[in-house]
Amino acid sequence: MENLLQQLLNGVTWGSIYALIALGYTMVYGVLRLINFAHGEVYMMGAMTGYYAARWLGVAGTPSVAGLVGVLIASMIVCGLLGALIERVAYRPLRGAGRLAPLITAIGVSLLLQNAGQLVFGADPKFFPPLLESHEVLRAGEVAISNIQLTVLVTAVLLMGALEYIVQRTRFGRAMRAVSYDAPAAALMGVPVDRVITGTFVLGSMLAAAAGILVGLANPKIDPLMGLMPGLKAFVAAVLGGIGSVPGAMAGGLLLGVIETLVTGYLSSTYRDAIAFVILVLILLYRPTGLFGAPQTEKV
Amino acid sequence: MRRAVRAAVCVVSFAFVALACGGGERADAIVVGHVASMTGDTATFGRSADAGIRMAVEELNAAGGVLGKKLEVVTEDDRSLTEEARTAAQKLIQRDHIVALLGEVASSRSLAAAPEAQRAKVPMISPGSTNPKVTAVGDYIFRACFIDPFQGAVMARFAADELKAKRFAILFDFKQDYSVGLAEFFRDTVKKMGGEIVADERYTSGDIEFRAQLTTIRAATPDAIFVPGYYTELGLIAKQARELGITVPLLGGDGWDSEKTLEIGGSAVEGYFFSTHYAADSDNPRVQEFVKRFTERYGATPDAMAALGYDTAGILADSLKRAGSTEGAKLRDAVAGTANFDGVTGKISIDGNRNARKDAVVLKIEGGKFRYYRTVSAE
Amino acid sequence: MLALAALHWLAPLVLNPYYATILARIGIAIIAAVSLQLVNGVTGQFSIGHAGFMGLGAYASAAFSVYLGAALLDSLGASGLVRFLYFPLPLVCGGLVAAAAGLVVAVPTLRLRGDYLAIATLGAGEIIRIAILNVDAVGGARGFSLASASHTAVDLRFESLAGVYAVAAVSVAAIARLVYSGGGLAFRAVREDEIAAESLGVPTTRVKVEAFLVSSFFAGVAGALFAHTEGYIHTNSFGFVRSFELVAFVVLGGLGSLSGAIIAAAVLTAAPELLRGLGEWRMVLYSVLLIATMILRPQGLLGQRELLGLWKSHGAARS
Repeated sequence: MENLLQQLLNGVTWGSIYALIALGYTMVYGVLRLINFAHGEVYMMGAMTGYYAARWLGVAGTPSVAGLVGVLIASMIVCGLLGALIERVAYRPLRGAGRLAPLITAIGVSLLLQNAGQLVFGADPKFFPPLLESHEVLRAGEVAISNIQLTVLVTAVLLMGALEYIVQRTRFGRAMRAVSYDAPAAALMGVPVDRVITGTFVLGSMLAAAAGILVGLANPKIDPLMGLMPGLKAFVAAVLGGIGSVPGAMAGGLLLGVIETLVTGYLSSTYRDAIAFVILVLILLYRPTGLFGAPQTEKV
Repeated sequence: MRRAVRAAVCVVSFAFVALACGGGERADAIVVGHVASMTGDTATFGRSADAGIRMAVEELNAAGGVLGKKLEVVTEDDRSLTEEARTAAQKLIQRDHIVALLGEVASSRSLAAAPEAQRAKVPMISPGSTNPKVTAVGDYIFRACFIDPFQGAVMARFAADELKAKRFAILFDFKQDYSVGLAEFFRDTVKKMGGEIVADERYTSGDIEFRAQLTTIRAATPDAIFVPGYYTELGLIAKQARELGITVPLLGGDGWDSEKTLEIGGSAVEGYFFSTHYAADSDNPRVQEFVKRFTERYGATPDAMAALGYDTAGILADSLKRAGSTEGAKLRDAVAGTANFDGVTGKISIDGNRNARKDAVVLKIEGGKFRYYRTVSAE
Repeated sequence: MLALAALHWLAPLVLNPYYATILARIGIAIIAAVSLQLVNGVTGQFSIGHAGFMGLGAYASAAFSVYLGAALLDSLGASGLVRFLYFPLPLVCGGLVAAAAGLVVAVPTLRLRGDYLAIATLGAGEIIRIAILNVDAVGGARGFSLASASHTAVDLRFESLAGVYAVAAVSVAAIARLVYSGGGLAFRAVREDEIAAESLGVPTTRVKVEAFLVSSFFAGVAGALFAHTEGYIHTNSFGFVRSFELVAFVVLGGLGSLSGAIIAAAVLTAAPELLRGLGEWRMVLYSVLLIATMILRPQGLLGQRELLGLWKSHGAARS
């Protein structure tokens, strides 16, 4: 039983990371119907930026909450800009060119960031500086939760809450929802579609960057190829929850994290990476619109 | 349509011209090839080995070169793919006319490249491939490191003798042949000694989350946990094991041998043991010199791969001197006759199977450093 | 035929092994690219997990050769004629296993459309790769060597460049025949407008499954050829990077054009070798090239047309 609780805890912590990354995928898909394959690399850049920001800000040696917040903000800003840049340079020129061209380009950008990352940052793994002192916060028998895990959960929840607020309660959020629902109509109504799209990329990238920092905090090994698998898994999480749906991405992320941890712990560690894909195939077979998505009829 | 055809023809002919140019023999230098994973998911190891090789060559050239000529290293990237290792080897042999091939770090890629070297009768020395099959490819293939059967047995025996362990758990990287091989021989040795494997878990290199597997291992109450993986994952495994309250020692092989183990693992790796080629705190002045010069040259302390790369280049240069020529068969014989070469990774002799016979050392992590603990001789 | 015979005898004399390997790789890439073009370009179904089928073909044929073929060749003696008759066997074996997997993947996933299908196939490709990685009998992480432990004298490798191109020619001809026949119009009908096709009586699901089956069969053949020319295989060679490479061939050549896929496969397989001089920047440049091409000319090299106008009936149905 204690084992189960521990596994669940681990699963939820990872799930919140997947959720943060999945949100970026789902929002971009909502406004552009594009699977932004490069998103996993934005997460990686978040972690890398955090590594360098920590040194630059001088907080690498001394753990403190202020240091963490500073690094978080710096990283989110840089990656937000990166997301906007990618959109502007790689995707905007292909706006009218069907679905395949942007997909290929996204893959190209992903490969570019990975390889350039290996050259610029070096291929060797780096140690993310401990921005917080790790210690146990709560213990119930064998089950322990550390302050770092708690930080990850709390930060993820706060960010998701902030996003939900933006999407539901601000003008920008309304514009985003309008473009997701029907872009030409939104344009006719005066919504600045281009700017909304760029803004969506910025938001999604900021969340991915935060995920990168949080992962650096909890599992402090980072390297330029770290974004590939989490990126794909987060995408599966987005599909699981219903791609295009913000609460769906959150639920999908958490669910995927828990399922992955439980299967790895109780069944076999061999298939950890395959689980996400099995879930993907299953969900696409039995409920392609995901848990929260609305069934879409295809118009003739 | 015509334009497309013409464009295609232009591209293709340009391609062949470009391919045909370049390469070629040099009269004033001895060209040595290095096939390594400079990009791709094991890039960190390829680059380390390359750094070690290049530093060795720089030093040799500064001291006057070999056989009156300068040594030149041509490194080709195999992108961590086996078929690319083969093409890289072919390109080096056919176009650069290398006299010897160094590489690869991964056994699977060495196995892909070795047949080419064998066929062309170009001696090949691998700095880090541990699968016994590599040198079995042919009599031109050598290696400068331990083989899995030896190293797998070292830690199993150490644990049984020193730590009195009887129940073992294994956590290995099933994507890396080094780890799979080492785990297999560890398992065999444990069984032969009458011990028990109570948990056998796996992970993939690149993973950063091991709590699920560690929780299962914890439940099986082992006396020691063998983690024959690379330092890239080890630091986190150790941290997470401690977080879960695992107090039994973790044991490893030379894949742990890097500063990053201490950096990423921090206090979590205190008290653990691993087998490797050399002890950095050894009072051997050669080792001290090497570490100092490498750190000055590259700004980072050398890991096991770098040290092995350095020694492999050294063995090659030494063999060239003894052969007195760059001719394939003579060089091959010289390499095969390497005896007590004084490398930074130990005194190396090449045995009848073209593997390196050298002592292993067991290091203990104490006070945030690697400390020499014991020598296991190569018997 | 004459050209192939000439190639067979001249090649080893004129070409050194490095060039021979590159040319063999080009031949294999051509088969894989054309097979993918059938599904992606001609039938309009986005499959981006194609490397999984190649991998299955490679491993299945290698296992066949190592565990069955070696014994067979040993007992029959390894003369030229025997080898000539033997080699189609592992290739067909690889193709059939891959086709079976194609069927398993196709039936459930072809209900999906567009991006969803793409991701499902990506997932399928990954599941296949991870599954193979866990089969110890074919080596797992240590790779699989095309050499039998018990019949060590037998050389299971396929050394003939002409042979590779013979297989390539047969494969391309077969697929082209399928695509440009009367029945082939059904594929393109499904691509152009699936609902309209369905309402006109085209059995769309069956057509899609057929495309998938043929496509994965030839991907398996390409994989089998790869295994037998390389002599040593590892699952790393059949991951999503390879799948993306194949998709790049198909898209850059022009979605729907078989000859476009051939040209793209040839050029892009040779490209990494040409760019070797750039060392570490090779892969960066490669991805930049991909992006630039997609932005500047998204319809690829030939769009939906074929080179040399060899096949008259392309595009929408005529008379």
